[in-house]
Amino acid sequence: MNDVLDVALRLIVVFAVFLVLPLVVGQTEHKVMAHMQGRLGPMYAGGFHGWAQLVADGVKFAQKEDVVPAGADRRIFQLAPAVALLPYLLVLLAIPIGPGEGAVGQVIDAGVFFVLAVMGVGVLGSLMAGWASANKFSLLGGLRTAAQLLAYELPMLLAAASVAMAAGTVSLPGIVEAFEWWWLPWQIVGALVFFTAGLAELQRPPFDMPVADSEIIFGAYTEYTGLRFALFLLAEYAGIVVLCFLTTVLFLGGWHGPLGAEGLGWVWTLLKTAVLAFVVIWLRVSYPRLREDQLQKLAWTALIPLALAQIALTGIVKVAIQ
Amino acid sequence: MTPAATVAAAATNGPGFLSPTGVEIAFLLVGLATFGAALVTVTTKQLVHAALWLVVALGGIAVEYLLLTAEFIAWVQVLIYLGSVIVLLLFGLMLTKAPIGRSPDADSGNRWIALGVAVVAAASLVWVVVDAFRTTWIDLDGPVQGSTKVSGEILFQHWVLPFEALSVLLLAALIGAIVLSRRNDPADARDKGKR
Repeated sequence: MNDVLDVALRLIVVFAVFLVLPLVVGQTEHKVMAHMQGRLGPMYAGGFHGWAQLVADGVKFAQKEDVVPAGADRRIFQLAPAVALLPYLLVLLAIPIGPGEGAVGQVIDAGVFFVLAVMGVGVLGSLMAGWASANKFSLLGGLRTAAQLLAYELPMLLAAASVAMAAGTVSLPGIVEAFEWWWLPWQIVGALVFFTAGLAELQRPPFDMPVADSEIIFGAYTEYTGLRFALFLLAEYAGIVVLCFLTTVLFLGGWHGPLGAEGLGWVWTLLKTAVLAFVVIWLRVSYPRLREDQLQKLAWTALIPLALAQIALTGIVKVAIQ
Repeated sequence: MTPAATVAAAATNGPGFLSPTGVEIAFLLVGLATFGAALVTVTTKQLVHAALWLVVALGGIAVEYLLLTAEFIAWVQVLIYLGSVIVLLLFGLMLTKAPIGRSPDADSGNRWIALGVAVVAAASLVWVVVDAFRTTWIDLDGPVQGSTKVSGEILFQHWVLPFEALSVLLLAALIGAIVLSRRNDPADARDKGKR
């Protein structure tokens, strides 16, 4: 009975994190973007600096009519948001935020593989949405999504493999356990490649060609309304949370910090994740969108060679220090 | 997958088939679901649906790996097949011709021959696997036998030569693809010169 209770408790906590953190990131995005652009952002909903804006948005989405286009493939159209969202929930289960068994939903032996594999599945949701909408813009968006995933999955994997080599394990808690401060300069190239490729996989600006509003309206999500559209948005923000967590865990040492009291490791993890999420928003405000050919060129001619060089460096240093 | 790691017990004192455990029942049910999804994949008239049913079938195989405690292989299956191969397939379908609804012209006249080949291939595979692992039992309660560590050790100690041979094969395929896609047709070159 105790085991069942334990599992249930962990699931509830992970689910709560899954529901709350994306909203926090979304609200931060509203405010940070506003201030970077010299305006205030939402100020009314909830009273204090518009903190309830996203809750109000959620209520609005829930009230809207759920439209399925007449020419669409009904079932796949309706299934797509769930396929896009659920993988991120599964990934959150495997991310350790503190040392010990208590601070991770489920310890998975091949954690790095699990996390990257399941994240890749989320893109199927966008592809299904793009195809099933029976809309040319959606189809173009789906195509661009697929091309982007194919290009950026490889550097992401290679960068993660470099850390796994350095730590000598593919388990996420094991990697953080093995982390030393000098890994930071050693793995910095891999970290940048991983973060950039992750941004591209999430289709965040400046890699938001698949949803470029000035060209193809909203890409694969053009035909979606109401709650299903909200689920796609939630998937994007959950993706940001997951990517920032992963970068923190793999490259920034997770719960290690310069002055960490026992038991406060999770504060460091959350702090680093928050800083990375801020960077994600910052990049959105600062950089223009990359063109499709520039996107592909960046992946194949810059990120992949860099990731391979990082792996070579990791191997050399690893052999040298043994 | 990992014959040296699977705990070998003599057939005489191995467990029987008559009192299945929960895991065995789950394995059978997932297997049936996977088989069903695979059948729909080849019989559905809708191209993209076939690709999506293939997702279910390949995912089912990943679950089977998990139930056999081969955790590493399971995640690699998800990463390579669900994450990359299916995306490539869908990409190809979207680029060429993927109408919503049925595409009756997608049927091939070879379907009976294909069925025969499939049945023969399946029968020989089943026979080989059954014959090879007849007396081998996986101890599900003991230490995990398909973990990354075990798989890695077996792959790079006992099977390193086939592994290297396979990577050379893949490299050859890669170079072949590049050569094929870069081959300059003389007519093409003339066309480009005119422009």
